[in-house]
Amino acid sequence: MKKMTMRTILAAALTFGLAVPAFAAGTEVTPPTQNWSFKGAFGTFDRAELQRGYQVYKEVCAACHAMKYVAFRNLTDLGFTAAEVKALAATFEVNDGPNDQGEMFKRPGLPQDKFPSPFPNEKASRASNGGAYPPDLSLVAKMKDHHRTEGSGADYIRALLTGYKDAPAGFTVGEGLNYNEYFPGHQIAMPKPLNDDQVTYADGTKASVEQMAHDVSAFLMWAAEPKLEDRKRMGFKVIVFLIVLTGLFFMAKKRIWAKLH
Amino acid sequence: MADNNSGFFANPVVKWIEYRLPVFSTLDHMVGTQYPTPKNLSYWWNFGSLAGLCLVIQIVTGIVLVMHYTPHTLMAFDSVEHIMRDVNYGWLLRYMHANGASMFFIVVYIHIFRGLYFGSYKAPREILWFLGLIIFLLMMATAFMGYVLPWGQMSFWGATVITNLFSAIPVVGEPIVTWLWGGFAVDNPTLNRFFSLHYLLPFVIVGVVLLHILALHQHGSNNPLGIDTKGPQDRIPFHPYYTIKDAVGVGAFLIFFCFFLFYAPNFLGHPDNYIPANPLVTPAHIVPEWYFLPFYAILRSVPDKLGGVLLMFGAILILFLLPWLDTSKVRSAKFRPIYKQLFWVFLIACVGLTYAGGLPPEGLALVIGRVCTVYYFAHFLILMPLVGWFEKPLKLPASISEAVLKTEPGAAGSKA
Repeated sequence: MKKMTMRTILAAALTFGLAVPAFAAGTEVTPPTQNWSFKGAFGTFDRAELQRGYQVYKEVCAACHAMKYVAFRNLTDLGFTAAEVKALAATFEVNDGPNDQGEMFKRPGLPQDKFPSPFPNEKASRASNGGAYPPDLSLVAKMKDHHRTEGSGADYIRALLTGYKDAPAGFTVGEGLNYNEYFPGHQIAMPKPLNDDQVTYADGTKASVEQMAHDVSAFLMWAAEPKLEDRKRMGFKVIVFLIVLTGLFFMAKKRIWAKLH
Repeated sequence: MADNNSGFFANPVVKWIEYRLPVFSTLDHMVGTQYPTPKNLSYWWNFGSLAGLCLVIQIVTGIVLVMHYTPHTLMAFDSVEHIMRDVNYGWLLRYMHANGASMFFIVVYIHIFRGLYFGSYKAPREILWFLGLIIFLLMMATAFMGYVLPWGQMSFWGATVITNLFSAIPVVGEPIVTWLWGGFAVDNPTLNRFFSLHYLLPFVIVGVVLLHILALHQHGSNNPLGIDTKGPQDRIPFHPYYTIKDAVGVGAFLIFFCFFLFYAPNFLGHPDNYIPANPLVTPAHIVPEWYFLPFYAILRSVPDKLGGVLLMFGAILILFLLPWLDTSKVRSAKFRPIYKQLFWVFLIACVGLTYAGGLPPEGLALVIGRVCTVYYFAHFLILMPLVGWFEKPLKLPASISEAVLKTEPGAAGSKA
């Protein structure tokens, strides 16, 4: 029966092994794998990296991309204090209302507000972006997680942001589109968003395109999966507990069955 | 009966209740000291109780998720994100429920293949087998409708593709699809009814599970030798022997489950389902959840739509005929040298179907899908009856205790 167990394990491994590439099919170029701090059983977000990433998002991406599932109060996860978040939120204007006169009005942002979107709706967004619709970035790190390895969504975003190149000879790039090595089909409507020193980092880090792309990709991973650290911390405790429990069950089973013969 | 049993318990409170409502003796007969079980059940027999555990996990997490979920096309996706971000431990609940569905199918597939290997569908357990298949069908319906609820791209397009299958039915196909949708496309009425049924069906499953257990208790568990128990020397009480053995299985299963739950919660799902449903944008390829891939491969290996649909449903319905397609009187494949080999070929064909189901139906994937589909049906319709007639089974042991004592003591537990 040992043989049977082996064969079952083999079959199971085969099932998973075969099923995985099935989802990865397509014309995409595989983005290089990065060594993200949030990977692995004990992975955590790098707070400084997330804060820099947020700065890139706020000063560059947010001009066109919404992030409607993230609220200012969530930024305390990045290491900002509650007072800093309150002050930061107040620098934004958000729509509210209707008031007692039935009018919509603008007011300074509060920590409980979600990030305000740059456009009131998809049509307005398309009108301002040459017909293209910059997607909401809240979940982009999870919706681009094609290779099923941890952090592959962030790998993709980083590769995309650094993947703007001249089109190879013979490749015609359509009107209003840009060549990108990692975008499926290689033609992306978004113009190259990052250039060296586009932002001035508060912590003095040199703002190269790679650095900014890396930081904002980590930030987008946090935005997509803000409970990642809680999840891994809890997982370790639960699994250690279960291993001990299963061991005890197994010893109890041995002892109970020993009486049988 | 109540009089006799109320004397069996020492605790006066238990005694008092037992005299009025015989719950304790009933439980004792169901999963306790009064339920005799073959003494040689291997760890493959753990998957029944594990399936029960999965059902409970799905119902409990599902009921709590419903407290925070909104079944409306404009709010469903947002409410799932609300669960993931704002509800206390909402991420845990939702990942448990989503991965729990996959775990349920892993466990049930092993449980079904266990039955296939050891001939658990043969007389007198045919109805037990049918009830299991009905549970499997209900699970598939429930899982399919549950996957629609987050209202992501794969939810929407999966629902569109699968409900459209009914349009293959001649004449009444189109009206049936409109009726299923509650409109002329997958939309809010579809989401609402799927939500309603997704909440209902698990309780129907609970009912069929009870019948499944009732049928099981009529003749007791099959066992790795596939021979009937001959007397008390072949049997041991379910409690404590199999309760503790099931506990070991539960522990090991939960470790496996938790690995996915905490370290790879999105591995078994499709990333496109983090994109809100958009009826105007079709995903590059629409694939169902992994546990439906073998059937999806069968569907797509037939060039004709109606033929594909019939074959896909036939792949499950054929399992109902197994007690008669298998002409061998010997239950366990242990004593069936040829069937034993074919079992593994069949398993490989199922893996091949899973592989083909995940790829676009073209080139090598289509060939693999077709070859495996042909083998799937040939296995049941041709090989099983023929092997039963021509195969010469090995000599069966006279009794379970004889076989167990021949090998080293305690081998009953370590077999697997």
